[in-house]
Amino acid sequence: MRLLRFLWDFVVGDDWRIAVGVALALGATALIADTSVAAWWIVPVAVAVLLAVSVWRAVRVVR
Amino acid sequence: MSGSELGLAISVFLACAVEAVEALTIVLAVGSTRSWRSALTGVGAAVVVLAGLTGALGRALTALPIGALRVVVGGLLLIFGLQWLRKAILRAAGLKALHDEREAYEAERAAAGAAGAPGSGIDGYSFTIAFKGVLLEGLEVVFIVLTFGANQHDVGLAAAAAGVAVLLVVAAGLAIHAPLARVPENTMKFAVGVMLSSFGIFWGAEGAGAQWPGGDGALLAIVPAVLVFSLGLVAAARRRPGARTGEVARGEAVAGA
Repeated sequence: MRLLRFLWDFVVGDDWRIAVGVALALGATALIADTSVAAWWIVPVAVAVLLAVSVWRAVRVVR
Repeated sequence: MSGSELGLAISVFLACAVEAVEALTIVLAVGSTRSWRSALTGVGAAVVVLAGLTGALGRALTALPIGALRVVVGGLLLIFGLQWLRKAILRAAGLKALHDEREAYEAERAAAGAAGAPGSGIDGYSFTIAFKGVLLEGLEVVFIVLTFGANQHDVGLAAAAAGVAVLLVVAAGLAIHAPLARVPENTMKFAVGVMLSSFGIFWGAEGAGAQWPGGDGALLAIVPAVLVFSLGLVAAARRRPGARTGEVARGEAVAGA
């Protein structure tokens, strides 16, 4: 249990929403890549949103 | 050396250097306060564990099919890189305390001094603190070496870049006999976060089945885009009340990466 906790803290860190968002973005990329629509843009857009929201939330906590 | 290999080498070198600086501070503090022999034995034991982990996991990872490897490891690299980048952005904006090696050194020395006099033979305190410090700082490097190296199918290059960084930091530490307080740690962490996130975006999306316009050349657009976006977040966060005003808890100054 302590090992799982350590691994969670080690990889996921302070904001679990980033990990969930990345997993969802990769899943959406896999789904759309099977169609004729370009899928390369999904992960970069998701990263921009996730990073901005995460930093914004941290700024609000400090305030 | 290709652009990807250069990116791999630079990222691993910077990540390893910054973690080695933090580990060096711990070892210097406990070694100079209590027992060099015990502290260095702890360092050696941690290095053996880290080398074993790198060897075993590296072989297992490189045996995976490249598609599965890139989506899983690319995703992990992206999550890990974004955490580094997020902390570096908050520190650059003054919303999180910078890691202060001198303060960490003094705190570690005070704790070592308060732990009682070392006995004869191996000092358990020195061994444990040095072992734990090097192991925990080293695990981040092992993670980066393995994820980058496995995706690039060049764990050897990643391990070599890590080794050079450690040697340089140790040599600098031996030369000045003090923690390396002037190393621009947050700038290095910022650069590593940008590189890990960029390569994570590229490999993760590619592993999930996306085709990048321009193939590998897309990295030449992704890296600067992530850098510019992150600098924009620093600028925006600096304008918020609370930034650069020292509101950050003192305890965070000696916290990890």
